[in-house]
Formats: sequence, C-alpha cells, structure tokens
Amino acid sequence: MHEMGIAQQLVQIAIDSIPEEIENPSVEKVNLKIGRLAAVVEHSLTFCFEIITKDTPLENASLEIDFIPVTMHCRSCGNRWEVTGPVFTCPVCEDGKVEMLTGREIEITSIELAE
Amino acid sequence: MEINIQKKVLEANETQADINRRFFRDNNVFVLNMMSSPGSGKTQTLCRTLAQIMPGIRTGVLVGDVCTTNDARRLEVTGAKVSQINTDQFGGDCHLAANLIFDFAKPLGCDELDLLIVENIGNLVCPAEFDIGEDARAVVLSVTEGEDKPLKYPLMFQVADVAILNKTDLLPYLDFDAHLAVENMKKVHPHMPVFEMSAMTGEGFEPWIDWLKLKVFEKTGR
Repeated sequence: MHEMGIAQQLVQIAIDSIPEEIENPSVEKVNLKIGRLAAVVEHSLTFCFEIITKDTPLENASLEIDFIPVTMHCRSCGNRWEVTGPVFTCPVCEDGKVEMLTGREIEITSIELAE
Repeated sequence: MEINIQKKVLEANETQADINRRFFRDNNVFVLNMMSSPGSGKTQTLCRTLAQIMPGIRTGVLVGDVCTTNDARRLEVTGAKVSQINTDQFGGDCHLAANLIFDFAKPLGCDELDLLIVENIGNLVCPAEFDIGEDARAVVLSVTEGEDKPLKYPLMFQVADVAILNKTDLLPYLDFDAHLAVENMKKVHPHMPVFEMSAMTGEGFEPWIDWLKLKVFEKTGR
C-alpha cells in the first residue's frame, strides 16, 4: 500500500547516483534487495515505478529484485535457520530468544546504464 | 555500465526517526506507537488508559487517520493533549512516517509530557515498516478478528514489543479461540507480553496499565 512512496524514494536515490558527466543517461536496470518479510508487493512496486519514471532517465528501466530469505539466530543454542512460515521459535531448542539476521531489507544495490 | 549504490530505500525515514529519537530523549518523554487493523478498539483502549494514568502521567496523543477528526474528539475529553493527523493531505498515506510525527509532536509541547502515544493508522501492514523513533510498539488485536491474524501479518507482530487482545467481553458470543490467538502471537514473537482485556468493561486492564507505567518510569524516572 505504500509502494508508491518506496518507488519515489528509490527513483530519487537512483537519479542522484547517475554521474553528472554522463549526457542523456538511460538506466536499463535497477537492482534491488528485498527481504521476504518486508511489506513490499512486487507487482505494486513495479506498477508504481513504471508510472513515475515516465520522461526520466529511468523510463523503461526494469526492476531486478533479489528476494532475501528470512534467517534467524537463536541466542540460547546458537542455531541459525531459514524461516519459511510465520513461526519464529527456534526449531532446535524451541526457545524464543531469537533475533532476525535477514529478511527485512529494502535496498537498492546498483543501477545499470545503457552504454 | 553498472553503478554500485548499496543504500536503504527508506533511509530518509530512518534518518528522521533517529532525529525524532534524540528529540524525545532530550524532552525525556516515552513514546508508544500503537498499531492495529481498523476497528480493533485502539481509541477506546486509549480513552480508558488515559482515564487511569492521568494526570499522574502527563500524556499527549498523536492520532492518525486518513480522514475525520472523530478520534481526536473522543480522546480530548480525557484532558490529554491531542493532535489529529489526517493523511489525506499527504496523499492518503496508509501509515505515519517519521517526518509527520516530528512535525506534529513539536507543537504538542513534549517537554511537558511524560508519555506520547501515537495512535497509528488502522492497518496491519505498512505501519510496521516505518520507524518513527518510538520507544515501544504495541499491537492491538480484537476477538472480532481472526485467531490467525498474527500468522497472516507476521511482520506487525514481530516488530511489536507488546500485544493486546481486546474486546474479551465479547468472547461468550463469538466462536473465537482466545488461547489459539495468543498461541499464534507467541509463534511469531515468542517472548512478547500479551494482555487479554476489554477496553469497554475494563476487565483485565490492570496488567496493561502496570506495564505502561513501568515503561514510562524506566525511561523518564517519573
């Protein structure tokens, strides 16, 4: 539901990252890392991105999303595991003193410019 | 040509959230972010909470809705300082972002408050993603929703520090398994305290009030 805001932020970051000396830049691809637990719907994000990039250097650029799994660490037994459902207790010792290592990322990693 | 960036997309919000955190620390005010789906009883919970903690704990409320000032009017009668944030002026946003919190918290006079409660926009998805510089997050689930809501919206229950299972006075009339609902919350967030209570009747309210008073005291010393 807030994908428009996220799209606006990422377009701003991408445009700010284009070196000034490049004339008529055209971005072909925007590479993103999005955690599986982040509240981002890919289809909505792509839809918003296409709308707001019209007449910008990012027009027609594709969004390449690397989805990051939710991984946890148990502070009680040291176990590390990937969460595949909405259960976050440690599967080994069944304790709940856990911390999330990955899975909430919403990051722009790079942009690819046309030669 | 590939240009490396490695930047958080919500960095602007996180930077503002850090500014908010410093501002709240400088003003020695505890900030609670209350979140839930629409209609879970956040405003009713707050009305009863304010009646029990004020004037001992000087409280302000920022209440977020897409439209209307109805909630602010309900809360104002408690004597708390209340400010309504309507997000339709900001594109009808589904959450309160850190910059809005800063803009609306400042005029409320935080130096004269012990507790600032942010009643977020009713939504179990987006508010969980936006840090507003709060000290704690509470999520309210009511027994008129499904027991599996925590499993359907795990991020919200993961980021919450405390949960309220509200409207327990309705349990005799509903096919709702409160034990299962609490169990589902604990699956998503194992050590989270859960208070089962009714904001309408006041049943089960004491442990929640004790938790809140303790949190305010731990930060402010008051």
